[in-house]
Amino acid sequence: MSTVIHLQNIKKLYVMGDTEVHALDGVTVEIKKNEYVAIMGPSGSGKSTLMNIIGCLDTPTSGLYLFNNVNVSEMNDNQLARIRNKEIGFVFQTFNLLARSDSLHNVELPLIYGGVSSGDRKRLAREALQKVGLGERMHHKPNELSGGQRQRVAVARALVNNPSIILADEPTGNLDTKTGDEIMGLFEKLHEDGNTIILVTHEEYIAEHAHRIIRVRDGKVENDERVARRKKVTYQPAHA
Amino acid sequence: MLTLLLTDVKEGLIIAFQAIRANKMRSVLTTLGIVIGIVSVTLMGTAIEGLNRAFNSSIAKIGADVLYVQKFPWAGQEEWWELRNRRDIKMEHARAIERSATLAATVTPVTGTLVNVKYGAKVIEAAIVVGTDEEFIETVGTDVALGRFLSALEVSGGRPVCVIGSDIAENMFPSENPIGKILKLSSQTYRVVGVMQKQGSMFGQTMDTRIYVPIYRYFKEFRSFRSGVDIWVKAVSLEELENAKEELRGIMRKARRISPGGKDDFAINQQELIIQTFNTIGGVIAAVGLFITGLSLFVGGIGIMNIMFVSVTERTKEIGIRKAIGAPKRSILLQFLIEAATICLIGGIIGLVIAFPLSLIIDQVLPTAMPLSVVFIALLVSVLVGVISGFLPAYRASRLDPVDALRYE
Repeated sequence: MSTVIHLQNIKKLYVMGDTEVHALDGVTVEIKKNEYVAIMGPSGSGKSTLMNIIGCLDTPTSGLYLFNNVNVSEMNDNQLARIRNKEIGFVFQTFNLLARSDSLHNVELPLIYGGVSSGDRKRLAREALQKVGLGERMHHKPNELSGGQRQRVAVARALVNNPSIILADEPTGNLDTKTGDEIMGLFEKLHEDGNTIILVTHEEYIAEHAHRIIRVRDGKVENDERVARRKKVTYQPAHA
Repeated sequence: MLTLLLTDVKEGLIIAFQAIRANKMRSVLTTLGIVIGIVSVTLMGTAIEGLNRAFNSSIAKIGADVLYVQKFPWAGQEEWWELRNRRDIKMEHARAIERSATLAATVTPVTGTLVNVKYGAKVIEAAIVVGTDEEFIETVGTDVALGRFLSALEVSGGRPVCVIGSDIAENMFPSENPIGKILKLSSQTYRVVGVMQKQGSMFGQTMDTRIYVPIYRYFKEFRSFRSGVDIWVKAVSLEELENAKEELRGIMRKARRISPGGKDDFAINQQELIIQTFNTIGGVIAAVGLFITGLSLFVGGIGIMNIMFVSVTERTKEIGIRKAIGAPKRSILLQFLIEAATICLIGGIIGLVIAFPLSLIIDQVLPTAMPLSVVFIALLVSVLVGVISGFLPAYRASRLDPVDALRYE
């Protein structure tokens, strides 16, 4: 399998007043296509910074980051925006949907910035919503949807551009256990469909869905191991 | 690239209308600044248009191809004491011009005074009696409405006939045909041979209360032969006006025996002098008026900028989401510029809708109409105000760091 993410000796330094904080202190990680990886760590461990760098939302102070063999560690803001648009699908803890737009428009958004024509946009967005079981909720606004439904809209938005990786930051953090399981089931299915999934969480129980867990502490990779006994939930199409 | 931009613009418009709808009260108040600005600027524009129209319709009464040989210039820098001792312009000068001018189509002496006019029991006080010759009507480029103008024979013979202005005809002969009636000018009687077409007013003076009599009759009755006249010369064509003016000047200098180095002691006036003077004054009035009203538009623009800053801060999270999803700086910049421009354009349109009936009220005082150019300029200016005042907030939005923006609550 080809390497999607190659991080080599990544450092991130924040200067706060006269103290320097090493949020990341030499991280080297490689993630291959169709892997299902969880990144774990307590708060302050640097896992958020790592996620931001993997997601091309932030650039490292030093080190090499190859994304699909392209060096993104020295790209400018607009080039990074393009990578995020084409290659990365984000799923956030707080869903981060546009409150004034309906599901369809929210899912269309990456395609709008990707320059996809209006007709294709509608078709692809509909397909993505159907895939997450929200075919019937296309014209509902976020405040008309339940938490689980909102997160599924967010997953559809992450999928719609057919990205190289799906980057989920505590995707179940704002959901109850049952709904959280539903979302995890959805990720399971996406993984089976061939997607590469990177899950950032601090809950062991969620991380165990992944095939591989990378533990981060004090800006370093503490542990990187395969999961022996995977927890598996089957995806059940939501009864919408 | 172009389709990308179009998509951006379309998305920008959708967001703009969503934002305006979501903050109705705020949008109304912000727009109000632009509305007031556009109303005052367009009304000022309309008033200036009215001034121009009034002037132009006045100026049209005196032909553009006519030169006026007169004692004093209409406008100029000469001091009054240099002018007051000038010699009168006489009939002999008119004859000299008639003899030698090659670029003159008509040469008409014109002079006038105020007299009382009587017909039966009706009296018009202080009507203007104009002494002139048969070519007057061609020089001025108008025509009679009834009867005919003075004939060459009547002029040279000094016959007691007259042609009356349309207002005189209406007042004196409301229900009769004026032709052949006898008017009393001062103490002498004159037979009416024609009625002039309605001409309207020039610089606030109506041209329709004049009475035209043969100039040799005029000299006999009202003024001495030695008194001064104006000489109106119609050039053969508008193109030859400057040459005709030079020729006239030469003839006049020769006739008045002015030595080669001497200054002209007469003036050759033309419409252009008035136009120049008016344009200077009118231009200043327009500039000052538009500047003062423009200030209110400027204040409106500051309001827009203020509200756009608030809008950007409020929507930091939204900007973060859009950036995370891959919106380039350009798209974010454009989004907020379009929002500001849309608010301003709506303000501009509302402003025009309010200004239009108000311009009809102005029209009652000063005949005018809101020029189409003002409408377009107003819309253009409102978009421009939006873009300019929206730029700084939009630029700030486009520069937000996605990580910080996403974290913003």
